[in-house]
Amino acid sequence: MSNHVAHPYMANSVPALKQEMLDSIGVDSIEELFQQIPNEHRLQRPIDLPSALNESELRRHLLCTLSKNKTCEQNLNFLGAGCWQHHVPAACDEVVRRNEWLTSVFGEPSSDHGRNQAWFEFCSQLGELLNMDLVGLPVRSWGCAAGHAIRMATRITGRSEVAVVRAIDPERLSIIRNYCEPVEMPGHIVVRLVDFDPKTGLLDIDHLRASIGAQTAAVYFETPSYFGVIEQQGAEIAAIAHAAGAEVIVGVDPISLGVLAAPIDFGADIVVGTTQPLGVHMNCGGGVSGFIATRDEELYAHQYPTLFISIAETTKPGEYGFGLSLFEQSSYGLRDKGNDWTGHSVYMWAIANAVYMAMMGPKGFEDVGNLILQRAHYAAKLLSEVPGLAVTFPSGFFKEFVVNFDATGLSVKDINKQLLALGIFGGKDLTHDFPALGASALYCVTEIHTQADIQRLTAALKEVIAQ
Amino acid sequence: MSTPLKEYHAPVWSEPVILEMGYPGRRGVIFSDVEADVQAAVGSAVDLIPANMRRSSKPALPELSEPEVLYHYLRLSQQTLGMMNISLFGTCTMKYNAQINEAMAWRPEITHVHPHQDEDTLQGALEVVHGMDTILRELSGMDQFIFQAGGGADAAYTSCAVTRAYHASRGELEQRDEIITTIQTHPSSAATAAAAGFKVITLMIEENGYPSLESLKAAVSNRTAALMVNNPDDMGVYNPEIREWVRVVHEAGGLCFYDHANFNGAMTKIRARELGFDACMFMLHKTFGAPKSGVGGPAVGAYGCSAELAPFLPAPVVAFDGERYSLDYDRPQSAGKIREFWGNVPVILKAYAWSRAMGAKGMAEASDISVLANNYMEKGLLAIRGVTRSHPEAKSHRMEMTRYSLEQLKEETGVDVHDVQNRMSDFGIDPMWSSHHPWLLPEPFTPEAGEMYGKEALDTWIAVLARISDEAYSNPAIVKTSPHNQAIHRLKSAPLEDPAHWAMTWRAHLRKTKQQTA
Repeated sequence: MSNHVAHPYMANSVPALKQEMLDSIGVDSIEELFQQIPNEHRLQRPIDLPSALNESELRRHLLCTLSKNKTCEQNLNFLGAGCWQHHVPAACDEVVRRNEWLTSVFGEPSSDHGRNQAWFEFCSQLGELLNMDLVGLPVRSWGCAAGHAIRMATRITGRSEVAVVRAIDPERLSIIRNYCEPVEMPGHIVVRLVDFDPKTGLLDIDHLRASIGAQTAAVYFETPSYFGVIEQQGAEIAAIAHAAGAEVIVGVDPISLGVLAAPIDFGADIVVGTTQPLGVHMNCGGGVSGFIATRDEELYAHQYPTLFISIAETTKPGEYGFGLSLFEQSSYGLRDKGNDWTGHSVYMWAIANAVYMAMMGPKGFEDVGNLILQRAHYAAKLLSEVPGLAVTFPSGFFKEFVVNFDATGLSVKDINKQLLALGIFGGKDLTHDFPALGASALYCVTEIHTQADIQRLTAALKEVIAQ
Repeated sequence: MSTPLKEYHAPVWSEPVILEMGYPGRRGVIFSDVEADVQAAVGSAVDLIPANMRRSSKPALPELSEPEVLYHYLRLSQQTLGMMNISLFGTCTMKYNAQINEAMAWRPEITHVHPHQDEDTLQGALEVVHGMDTILRELSGMDQFIFQAGGGADAAYTSCAVTRAYHASRGELEQRDEIITTIQTHPSSAATAAAAGFKVITLMIEENGYPSLESLKAAVSNRTAALMVNNPDDMGVYNPEIREWVRVVHEAGGLCFYDHANFNGAMTKIRARELGFDACMFMLHKTFGAPKSGVGGPAVGAYGCSAELAPFLPAPVVAFDGERYSLDYDRPQSAGKIREFWGNVPVILKAYAWSRAMGAKGMAEASDISVLANNYMEKGLLAIRGVTRSHPEAKSHRMEMTRYSLEQLKEETGVDVHDVQNRMSDFGIDPMWSSHHPWLLPEPFTPEAGEMYGKEALDTWIAVLARISDEAYSNPAIVKTSPHNQAIHRLKSAPLEDPAHWAMTWRAHLRKTKQQTA
């Protein structure tokens, strides 16, 4: 022990301190304290890991490793598909990195008051964007939110089918199927995929009518859709679903809500989505998040799997605080009898979202929505003028659109490889997930893309195709 | 207890709800005007939206300048106690969240990276993920880890999904519709098993602190799909028969999942695979030094399994051929996605950094210190009037935490565990954890010393509880009306459960208070 160096993360790493504590307990060695573990359970050799690094060595090692990544700062990025590059105000990063709430655990409404208020402000501001009174604390992703919402609808209606739009992120659909349980399980929920119109990308209303019936618990669609298309038949879809006694679940990208109608205004009962666009970096996919919102009715409130945070008075007249509400109905309260399950999700991102929404205000959301619309349509227009390229759903989209390369004779994979060499990350390849769309890619254009960026992409594609 | 207690008061900012703040016209973020060429080419934005899909009224968000927003949230952060002083929150294996890890995770090589980028541009991130996989394999003996699950409960769900896929591949899923767990295993195991479609059998603990082998044998059958269990449990009790449990479940054709939520007591001492388990889960937040962040997250439940179960893992899996890292999506037997993309990469990076900073020796020492510190605390805490320990007849040293009860204190003074939690915060101590539901012990509390805090901090924590016990016997009102030194007073809890009063958003609050005053 003479050459023992105390580890910087462990205050009791000093041998003399350990001895003091051993003396206090009255045992000779720490090993004695592990007497509960039978010897035959014990690993009979030391764990074999690379030796410990000090902070300076660790920093160097990580910098060296991370330098092998290429970033969307160094390159011009047009990938979206559920994880989008938007401007993140520096204040969001500053607030979300505070150690006070990073290190918080559970606390009491009084001792972690600030964190609880920030969470309440997340729910409250999202509620304003959505025009909805009941917003749960965040879930892990959009797909998780959609899966939970479908399960909520089956509990509310007592039915066991869901109609899901086919124009959906295949990863999200995979999660939904997972949440709907395999056919062997008694709680299996049948997923019926509803086609989209190949010309417009909009939901095929006739196919919807044919897909729902007395067992349909919910219809789930998204606006903008995975292909970026703004679904404009929302009221009609909702009417059809409601006439069949089904719930209407709508997935939405909240950054669109400064300019696009809130889903409740065309008939949504449950609204889900992600909040990653609201002040959270892409983080290699680690920025994703999910939310569930409804009208403030007991029918819905008692089916949420999430935790809630409610404003309430304290024992001091006129003073308010914020506490967990309906905790008992969660899996923390009722274990296997609770609503699905809850646990860690993305609570820190909710604080970044709160900062973002407060900074944006109504005008910020309007401006960013308009800018995205105009620049995305400009990009679609320029690309559609490139020989061999076609925009599959040329109107009525928000920030993403499908570009088809069939006439070039090139695969999206090859095109993206060549774009990469020019410092451009081309759109998400849809070729395998949506064979009916041919050689297509999903391009994402947001407020960060300038006219010059779009012109650069256009020129690069012309060059690639001409080769 | 001679440890002097320092004076403390939380900041009181009386901060309004952000929706009460602002002035019309103020801006926190502004955007560029669209370029003239763009405007000319596509026309006005409003015409690009289908008429029936235009937003009719503006969202009632606050209108604030940047500093107003920034300082509002910084004031709120100040009114969050967290680990600013002493937080011994049990059942969570809380660790120090090193600043270097945060600094690295916020570099653009992580923040400004898209998960669908070409693999050639993701080699750094993939190397980190693979590195963490390698470390966890060594700590558990498992053959493959994935990081898709967004938390511990999500990893338990992953385990259920893999269990379904495994039994389905053998044509036995319909028959194997039961999952066995124990009452002291985290509620998420029971909850995710039920959500995945299984019937849940929960074994109760007996006098020695764990369920009997006989009760397991009585529950196991050809309907058993899996066993989901933690060990040691939240009372600091290690089940010494766990190997036999695994054998019994395997013999019946079931799988065994080890929830490593309480890893500190076992870290570097045992390996799940060698005890026979087929799969296990580590929380990279908490256990591996990434922040918990409240109720929590972003988080990662790292799920690892044997080679036999690996084909059923959610895709993608990070692969390494000795030269290049790649994402393997070609997994035809996969259980399907648990969450979009391939994991909370910043959290994986922080856990990887923590592991490299600790090394094997540091991890072993952390386990040693946490068990030592718990036993040291136990001596001090059991000397406090009104405090007892679970299973007094089980004489062995508890592991990294001990379950205590304030039943005697409550009977003798009327002060309950919730009062004590509130009063603790008056001394700047993060309120202790009571217990997961159901409370097997009346008025439970579960401190977990961990390896971060020094002996002085542990002495302070003990001294605070001793002080509160004294108060309970001499002046219980001061405890029952606590907190007195916090940002706000105690919250009234009844409205939180009352649909006429609960308000999960400001707009609901305005509507309900208006209705009540009308």
